[in-house]
Amino acid sequence: MTRTLDITAFEEGRSLWQDAYTRLCRNKLAVVGFVVLICMGLLALMAGWISPYSYETQDLDLGASPPSADHWLGTDTLGRDLFTRILYGGRVSLMVGFLATAVALIIGVAWGMVSGYIGGRVDIIMMRIVDILYALPFTIFIILLMVVFGQNIYLLFLAIGAVEWLTMARIVRGQVISIRNQEYIDAAIAMGLSRFRILRRHVLPNILGPIIVYTTLTIPNVILLESFLSFLGLGIQPPQSSWGVLISYGVETMEEYPWLLIYPACVLSITLFSLNFLGDGLRDALDPRIAKD
Amino acid sequence: MLKFICYRTLQAIPVLFLVITATFFLTHAAPGGPFDSEKKTTPEILERLNARYNLDAPVYEQYFDYLGNLVKGDFGPSFKYVNRSVNEMIMTGLPITFELGLYAMAIAVTIGIGAGVIASLRPNTLQDYLPMSVAMIGICLPSFLLGPLLVLIFSIWLGWLPVAGWGDSSMDKLLPSLTLGIAYAAYIARLARGGILEVLSQDYIRTARAKGLSEPAIVFKHALKGGLIPVVAFLGPAFAGLLSGSFVIETIFQIPGLGRFYVQAAFNRDYTMIMGTTIFFSALIVVFNLISDIIAAWLNPRTRYGESSR
Repeated sequence: MTRTLDITAFEEGRSLWQDAYTRLCRNKLAVVGFVVLICMGLLALMAGWISPYSYETQDLDLGASPPSADHWLGTDTLGRDLFTRILYGGRVSLMVGFLATAVALIIGVAWGMVSGYIGGRVDIIMMRIVDILYALPFTIFIILLMVVFGQNIYLLFLAIGAVEWLTMARIVRGQVISIRNQEYIDAAIAMGLSRFRILRRHVLPNILGPIIVYTTLTIPNVILLESFLSFLGLGIQPPQSSWGVLISYGVETMEEYPWLLIYPACVLSITLFSLNFLGDGLRDALDPRIAKD
Repeated sequence: MLKFICYRTLQAIPVLFLVITATFFLTHAAPGGPFDSEKKTTPEILERLNARYNLDAPVYEQYFDYLGNLVKGDFGPSFKYVNRSVNEMIMTGLPITFELGLYAMAIAVTIGIGAGVIASLRPNTLQDYLPMSVAMIGICLPSFLLGPLLVLIFSIWLGWLPVAGWGDSSMDKLLPSLTLGIAYAAYIARLARGGILEVLSQDYIRTARAKGLSEPAIVFKHALKGGLIPVVAFLGPAFAGLLSGSFVIETIFQIPGLGRFYVQAAFNRDYTMIMGTTIFFSALIVVFNLISDIIAAWLNPRTRYGESSR
């Protein structure tokens, strides 16, 4: 392997972000994953313009039909266009994925930063709480919540977000502890900055890498959890649909109409693959120290 | 070591207590009583039902009663199935779920460690990339997708294996166990590969090499024990995952196990059944996490002292 020395890079100086960007672009799988995700997101957002059908328009005379020129991916047993339903389902699945991850992100980062920065007894208590919550069987608890309070999509965001923040809090705390005692933090303290300002201006930007990486890896977990619940009939309720709901319908009729299972399954797996590839790529690009497991 | 075991055991108690309390108050906060149904019940009947199931007492009294019964190992009666107790239903479903989990775990450990060792023997060659790519697919494909796809291929198109059932014919246990086990096989393969490769870079392995041992001998005799510690630590969480995986698998393959009872109870709003199974599952998971932590600490003395909380 030959490595040429790029002198301009020394002259201009490259920031961590530029560096990470070049590294990410070199990872083909991650780039493909990113492009696929953008396409998937745009398709889901513009579902109303792309597809001539509405997700609840029924054509009962047609019934379940295999893919054709009118209905690209076929229709389901009620004569609803499968392509349209996958697009609208994607809206719900992706929205749950992003919003629930956002909930987890906010709680986890705040909790981890406070715990790691203040340290001492506060840290011990806050982390003990995380330990205890960690040991709880959360899938079961989300099911319980959905049963008790009804299958409400907003509750679903909250419940899933409330589960996924724990790992984020641990990662953020570890990062904060590792930079807490560095000179520039001492300097900021000496300058009389408030704790909040130090955390926001000096700590947060320096731990952004691991946060971004872990966020990307949380989204597929969340989408998976939502599909799992919807598959059992405990998540998204009809007439709304998500990929999990579509797969669950597809399973019921897979003997007669296998395409109703295969297409939603493909879309879900492609999305999950893309997110995982992008997450792995970002991890390698932003934080070379974290080894692949 | 004893101190570590005591510490971890004591840590499990507040977790269980939290589970019981949260479950109890959540189910009692649920809108609507357990006897709301399409048919109107007369007030007298409702009153008697409430008295029969001790629902007329104040909530805190019910809570302490429930705690007291739990200590005696009594989960109370089922609201939906008259004259059946939650204990009975758990005991009917548990052996089946346990058997399913055992087969799945056996599949996961055998395939996972096998693939991990094969990959770690020649890192960064085809022998490494191939099993690891398959493992990536195994991790990304959720069981509720893998199960139906396997059924579609092997049962419906090829007709080799039965579509559903448990113990009705000779081969019907294969597909559910495989579906449940495969994702964990993938995780274990990645952990085993990572663990073994890390150990292989250590000094005592260099000593073994200097002694002139063959590469397979080094991996199997020296690297395996240390390299599998992450796998052992993963077995506890894997068990929890297997339990929630059993909800889906038992629903897809129509297996009359505890996971399917739980999902049905969730649909029927059978509150005592939900409470009982939630607490039972949680206790199982806490105990298995405890056991896998203790075994991991036994294998790796460093975790006993330094990192006391995991």
